[in-house]
Amino acid sequence: MGERRVELEVLRYNPETDAEPRFQRYSVPCREEWVVLDALNHVKESLDPTLSYRWSCHMAVCGSCGMMINGEPKLACKAFLRDYVGVIRVEPLAHFPIERDLVTVIDDFMSKLARVRPYLMPKDAKAIEEGEYRQTPAELKRFKQYSMCINCMLCYAACPEYALIPKYIGPAAIALAHRWNQDSRDGGREARQQEIAATEGAWECSFVGACSEVCPEHVDPAGAIQQVKIKSTVDWYTQHLMPWLNK
Amino acid sequence: MSRKPYVRAVTSEWIVRHPRYLRYMVREFSCLFIGGWTLLMVWGLKQLSEGPAAWAVFLEVLRTPEIIVFHVLALGFAAYHSITWFNLTPKALPLQRGEAFVPDAVISGAHFAAWAALSLAVLYLAGAF
Amino acid sequence: MAVSNKPIVWGPFAAGGTLTAFLTPVLILLTLLAALGHAPGLLAYERLHAFTGHWLVKLALAGIVFLSLWSAAHRLRITCTDLGLRADRAVAAIVYAVALAGTGASVLYLLRI
Repeated sequence: MGERRVELEVLRYNPETDAEPRFQRYSVPCREEWVVLDALNHVKESLDPTLSYRWSCHMAVCGSCGMMINGEPKLACKAFLRDYVGVIRVEPLAHFPIERDLVTVIDDFMSKLARVRPYLMPKDAKAIEEGEYRQTPAELKRFKQYSMCINCMLCYAACPEYALIPKYIGPAAIALAHRWNQDSRDGGREARQQEIAATEGAWECSFVGACSEVCPEHVDPAGAIQQVKIKSTVDWYTQHLMPWLNK
Repeated sequence: MSRKPYVRAVTSEWIVRHPRYLRYMVREFSCLFIGGWTLLMVWGLKQLSEGPAAWAVFLEVLRTPEIIVFHVLALGFAAYHSITWFNLTPKALPLQRGEAFVPDAVISGAHFAAWAALSLAVLYLAGAF
Repeated sequence: MAVSNKPIVWGPFAAGGTLTAFLTPVLILLTLLAALGHAPGLLAYERLHAFTGHWLVKLALAGIVFLSLWSAAHRLRITCTDLGLRADRAVAAIVYAVALAGTGASVLYLLRI
């Protein structure tokens, strides 16, 4: 594995001095096996210490380094230089306000995530002394895929409905709500429905499917959202057309 | 240090940003052809209700070049709607059997098979062959 | 946040999308054949008139027209948002009205057959 000179075109924005963002070109000596994050780290260490960006694990599990690379939402630690030709354009994750350089304001996602109550609300609460909740492998499989979300927000950057309808709760939040709804220990679906079955919940999704395509953990939020729509629709019609079934 | 977050403008440019978004819009545009063809058939029902002469007018209008072209396009778009719909069905209706999920290909495959069978049955019953 | 009544419009959309996925292409093929001068036997006036005379067929056709028009209308409503149009209430009112009008008209004509 040898060396390679990579041209990076990085979006810069300094809130204290800039009226709007601009691109800055860096010529970076790289190793062929590097990812975009390695190139950015080299820039920060040796060329321009003012470049700001989020990163942490460098192995696609923390979800910190999401950014637009040649217009596609990607984890910078998972975007291999060998897969790119020519100038590589690096921008902050789409559909979020830019705080500084490649750092976005993620408050909107954080508040939406909290709203869907992504934690266990036990159906039958047990005291610790009563022992653990038991779960079969089949019950685990029912929600496991959706638990793999690393909150990287690539799905929000890919979703045109989130861009067009800022109030939309978004793919990851709904997928995580679905993860808990599908958990056999959980009894919180009714509470979560207030958020994910509201107008700004699953209903703003038009099944573009881009979210699932860009998800680095193969969570398939699009699938989760359609399942929420169908369950919510069945609920609605049984509640309104067969009210005697309501508890 | 003062904060001044920059909000990037949202334009319709997203549609051409990646092939997946173009394919999505093509799928969505199928509604114009499916809806349009259905409205054409509603007019056909009107003609059918008004007697054989009116029905003959309907058949004549069908035979115009514009309507033929419309039909070819409508067939293409309607088929694209079907293909995308059946490919997405397993995502919306996953079937768990024990620990495993029924493979997506089996669920969509069953839908495609049913689609083919139904289409052949309709063609036969309508006297197309 | 409260649970939305969106299922009222989404339910028929999903049903219509499924129905049109299975049925519409072959029906278009039938009328395309007629347009090309090879009308299938069922599309001859006497046969079609007799076929649609049956009340069960009328009911089925009305249902097919409704679900087809409704799902197309709902999709068109979403497409308008996708294209940047910010008038969802107005667009929704128009598209669903057209779907219902088309359905109403088809019921009217079916009853006359």
